[in-house]
Amino acid sequence: MNSNQNAVSVKGIYKNYGDVEALRDMTLDFPKGQLTSLLGPSGCGKTTLLKIIAGLLPATKGEVYVNDQLVTTPGPDRAFVFQDFALMPWASVIRNVAFGLELRNVNKSEREDIAKKYINQVGLGGFENSFPHELSGGMRQRVGLARALSVDSPVLLMDEPFSAVDEQTRRKFQEDLLDLVKNENKTFIFVTHSIEEAVYVSDQIAILLPRPSRVSEIIRPSGFRNKDADSIRKDSEYLDTVEGIWKSLRSYVE
Amino acid sequence: MITRSLTLKLLSAFLIFGAWEISSRAGINYAFPTFLESMSALFDMTVSGLIFKAYAETLKPLVVGVLISTFIGVGIGVWVGLSEKFDWLVSPIFIIMQSAPLAALIPLIIMAYGIGLTSKTFVVCIMAMPVIVLNTSCAVKNTPSSLIEMSRSFLASEREVILKIIIPSASPVIFAGLRLGVSAGFIGAILAELKITPTGVGDIISYSRMTADYPSMYAAIFSIIVLAVIFLNVLERIEKYLFAGNDKGYIS
Repeated sequence: MNSNQNAVSVKGIYKNYGDVEALRDMTLDFPKGQLTSLLGPSGCGKTTLLKIIAGLLPATKGEVYVNDQLVTTPGPDRAFVFQDFALMPWASVIRNVAFGLELRNVNKSEREDIAKKYINQVGLGGFENSFPHELSGGMRQRVGLARALSVDSPVLLMDEPFSAVDEQTRRKFQEDLLDLVKNENKTFIFVTHSIEEAVYVSDQIAILLPRPSRVSEIIRPSGFRNKDADSIRKDSEYLDTVEGIWKSLRSYVE
Repeated sequence: MITRSLTLKLLSAFLIFGAWEISSRAGINYAFPTFLESMSALFDMTVSGLIFKAYAETLKPLVVGVLISTFIGVGIGVWVGLSEKFDWLVSPIFIIMQSAPLAALIPLIIMAYGIGLTSKTFVVCIMAMPVIVLNTSCAVKNTPSSLIEMSRSFLASEREVILKIIIPSASPVIFAGLRLGVSAGFIGAILAELKITPTGVGDIISYSRMTADYPSMYAAIFSIIVLAVIFLNVLERIEKYLFAGNDKGYIS
């Protein structure tokens, strides 16, 4: 694949924590406008890799390219959605959503207009002045998502964003995420430990295996990608892919 | 409208003051005046303006000391929380300051700084600063790492991480430290006036004790407690105003 079709490329990433080798020679491409999942059992370094791409962790060796630019620190080209939401409890929903713009010195009325637009888009209209502790878990993650969308980065990094919300909300989130991938021209990198979730939302799934972490397989489910949200879960290719991934992973789960 | 909590507060005050009145009338000690006698002495002092003159003196070292302790204390506390080396360098000083018996140090302070305002302010600072520094540094160290990562990923500078994440996140514990520090500062201010030179409220207390005017003595002690409570309430209001929603803690 030609490199300019990839929004993000990681090349030969190593990460050591002291003597522990967390990532070894990780090379992976993330195609533009698509959603790529990093899937694997716990301890396989998927969150570590995501944080290296985000520039939040330094790699011991290796390079990360975003739109062919070498990056080592956080940049305006990437926005992060956190597993534990990372909302500021002292700030209202609108200030939380506009926080990325506030740090970019966008003036107050302009950033609140943008924030309002995304608050409405994620379905939180009317909660602008609520505080995080007044919202349910699912609503909190919608705030986190709106914050990441409002800075309009071409790449969205999502660290197990739905793992802390309940099952029903999670299904709704997954359906919304499919719409988001379809409608926003953004590249998504999505960390998850749920096989079903990865197969359901991804254009490309990178399966990582632990100790030391490496890419074991790349799967590109294609047959059901254009079906509507409801019929995907019943599609036979969807079910076979889930089954196949489980077979290859089960020996690594103790 | 009288709310339930206000009713309970008034009831609690009534019980305490009632117990004071009854135990005094029962004649525990001739040096223990009744609540009503003390209040009437306080009223006399208010009418004559004596109490205001006294507080004009007492508040000087108190306010200056508390302000110095707040700004320098929070500043040092944030620094200690951010830098491990500075922590090792500075924390022991404040831990020793906190555990040292202050009354025993007062002769040394008088030798070094004389008997004026400086010494009294210094005593207030010794009382107030350690708890402010130690609370602040502890709160800063416990900033949720995911909030710091969040701000970094959205391109916060080091300065913005400190001002927009670490300090607001630490503010509930910083304010708890300020409340403890301010009440310790009140103790320090009165202690200074009793042990260094009698001025202000300390003068009323020691003078009325010498002349066996116990109602005045208790009135002065009562007034300083009331002032401390009002001060702490104001501090709490300021905190609620500055950081609404923060009292619920970090949620995920």
